[in-house]
Amino acid sequence: MTTLTDPPKESFRLSMLIYDTRYRSATIQVVAIIGFMMLFAWLISNTAANLHDLGKQPSFKFLGEPAGYDINQRLIDYNSQNVHLRAAIVGLLNTVLVAVMGCVTATILGVIIGVLRLSKNWLIARIMTVYVEMFRNVPVLLWIVFIMAILIETLPAPREFRGADPAATMKLFDTVAITNRGIYIPEPLFSSSLGNLHFFGESSLRFDVSLDLIAFLIALAVGLFARHKINARAHRIQETTGVRPTTWYLNLAAVFVPVIVVLAALGFHLGYPALKGFNFAGGIHMRNSLIALWLALSLYTAAFIAENVRAGILAISKGQTEAASALGLRPNRVMSLVVLPQALRVIIPPLISQYLNLTKNSSLAIAVGYMDLTGTLMGITLNQTGRELETVLLGMLIYLGISLSISGAMNWYNNSVKLVER
Amino acid sequence: MSDISFVRTEMLPQQEPPATSVGVVGWMRQNLFSGWLNSAITVICAVFVFYIAGFLLSWAVSPTWAATSLGECREILAGHEGACWGVIRDRWVQLLFGFYPADQYWRPILTFVLLAVALAPVLFADKVPAKLIYFSAAYPFIMPWLLWGGAIWGPLVAAAGFVLGYVVYRVVDGMAGSLAAIIAAVAAAIIWWLLLASPLAGMLTGIADIGLEPVASRYFGGMMLSITIGVVAIACSLPIGILLALGRQSDLLIVKAICVGFIEFIRGVPLITLLFVASTLLNIFMPPGTNFDIIMRVIIMATLFASAYMAEVIRGGLAALPKGQYEGADSLGLNYWQAQRLIIMPQALKISIPGIVSTFIGLFKDTTLVSVIGLLDPLGLSNAIRADSAWNGIVWELYGFIALMFFVFCFSMSRYSMYLERKLRTDHR
Repeated sequence: MTTLTDPPKESFRLSMLIYDTRYRSATIQVVAIIGFMMLFAWLISNTAANLHDLGKQPSFKFLGEPAGYDINQRLIDYNSQNVHLRAAIVGLLNTVLVAVMGCVTATILGVIIGVLRLSKNWLIARIMTVYVEMFRNVPVLLWIVFIMAILIETLPAPREFRGADPAATMKLFDTVAITNRGIYIPEPLFSSSLGNLHFFGESSLRFDVSLDLIAFLIALAVGLFARHKINARAHRIQETTGVRPTTWYLNLAAVFVPVIVVLAALGFHLGYPALKGFNFAGGIHMRNSLIALWLALSLYTAAFIAENVRAGILAISKGQTEAASALGLRPNRVMSLVVLPQALRVIIPPLISQYLNLTKNSSLAIAVGYMDLTGTLMGITLNQTGRELETVLLGMLIYLGISLSISGAMNWYNNSVKLVER
Repeated sequence: MSDISFVRTEMLPQQEPPATSVGVVGWMRQNLFSGWLNSAITVICAVFVFYIAGFLLSWAVSPTWAATSLGECREILAGHEGACWGVIRDRWVQLLFGFYPADQYWRPILTFVLLAVALAPVLFADKVPAKLIYFSAAYPFIMPWLLWGGAIWGPLVAAAGFVLGYVVYRVVDGMAGSLAAIIAAVAAAIIWWLLLASPLAGMLTGIADIGLEPVASRYFGGMMLSITIGVVAIACSLPIGILLALGRQSDLLIVKAICVGFIEFIRGVPLITLLFVASTLLNIFMPPGTNFDIIMRVIIMATLFASAYMAEVIRGGLAALPKGQYEGADSLGLNYWQAQRLIIMPQALKISIPGIVSTFIGLFKDTTLVSVIGLLDPLGLSNAIRADSAWNGIVWELYGFIALMFFVFCFSMSRYSMYLERKLRTDHR
């Protein structure tokens, strides 16, 4: 005979917190969070005690005090009377500038090198292998100072451009001056300019937006939109009649006519650098520090991107290439229409981390004196105000924000091109 | 009648392939001159390579090995372009060892030779006796003693803490179960290290002063400093990285959040900011009066930095394991730590070794950043050497030599990692 009885009522014992799987995870988590908070409290109490001993109160008031130092490479207006916050923003923009420039060049170089490494031409494949190994296995800081040394030591000084028979001449039909103080390139100027839009008055966040640039962009957008319409119409005609009308001259006109009209209306012309006294004046001056950092970061990261690209291409099965060849595509079209679009899905995730690495490596600017965020906020501002805690933490938070936004944006892009599987 | 035939009945003798498709000529036709475009590329590349190689060779082949200053180099070269190798002859020892006392050079050398021995059971497990793993376990205590010197009792007493913890674990495990044993063992070891270790070491030193001449951290420099920081940081980051990776994979929300937060924070900031923390902030975070020397602080921050990357590498290894391994371990009735120790980690770590090696290469290259905060790594030393009036103005030779040293180290490690990847690949592609 069987009897049904209630299971014995278990009373809660303390040991069940550890041995009962229902409670164990909660126990571990509570212990973990208590330990974490104790660690944090310990660090904060140490910090408070140390700062008290040093006679410092943590505060961010120093950001509102005049910076008192100059920044030679800047994207927005700044002078030494501006506050530390403004200097930090100038530095942040410089970081962003070199990171964007570096990412673009590194991607272009990296894709070319990665594809060429797989070339059937033995010599060029070997040259690219040497390039990749050379750049990957030597620290990026060494490349930065090395390229800086090349720029300073081997390029002609501005005074060598002087005289009737100068030792150095300007390149590209007298438009670009390459000197050991930096490179001077022509700048776009508008004789009947629309002026600037000024935002945020006199505050530290103030910035100007050129209306000429906006007009140019609007013209470009109009042109691209017209081109899109023309192509859509051509496509429709092709669908109905089977014959695609010739559109290339319409496309060309659609893109260039609005832009040219706007530029002509604004009185667009180039301002060339010219030798004034002992130095060049006019044009855009790219300083050595910027160029060295940009080149070194691009060349270094390109080596890594090349490896990612190569791996991505090799990951595409040979059948795809063979099928494309069987369809009668020429080798470079096989690459651009069949292999690369598929390889892109493999390439993008590691590419994201290369962009992040490049952005983080741009903090090495401090080694060549390029005034990025590390050079302004965590460099001169730190030394002038003696606020190690605030500046370093703020700098780290800003870098963290940049990294998270890059990886967020790239992950969004990655999700949009990702193969949707069942 | 039948011997008339309209087709050939016997085979022709096999002919040699045409001379243009075999041998050097055939190879060149296939790989270098397969079409007019390829031929053009080949010619341009060949010209480029010859130009660069000729330029570099004419610069590098220069009879200046014996020169004792840049001025002397210029005299020897007499207006020609050429390298000044005298600086390398004069300073290569310094670029390797920094300002380490010259009569003690055997110590770092022995340290790194022993490092190779200690790594052998891990890296070439199938080629060396298994007993060598005991030496690997002892190595972390031998290394700092050899490098920094001092009495032998310090590292011995520190090692005794681990032995004590193990003994306590075994004793309590028999009496009160494993959890109590772990807690007791950790507590015993911590009490030993915090309270008993330093008086005991001091006492033992008083009794028998056996030891090496102490060398302060500020004398460390050159490649030796880079290798020390890299090796110590990677070795310490491995256990932390494993714990972080497990935490990131775990179901416990809070543990997971802490681990993810730590990993993403460290990976989101540049190493140089962490080095700023090491040089300016770490002493502020510690209890008042604590004073680490700068190399110690750099090693701590480099360890934290490397452990975040290590965690991601190991997480990759964990994710690459088939789910069946986890389920198999569960079905055997192993608990979490047993499953990790016996089933999961051996496989996951094996998969991650190439990633670990490349993390090490990355960290090793990044050790040059310590020159920014004033340590004398090879790059920092190159500035110090240039400050000498005899070598003021030397650029290429120093950078070239440093780059070559890094290249040799990193390239050989990356080749090793590739060899390992091939050896570990079991999918027979």
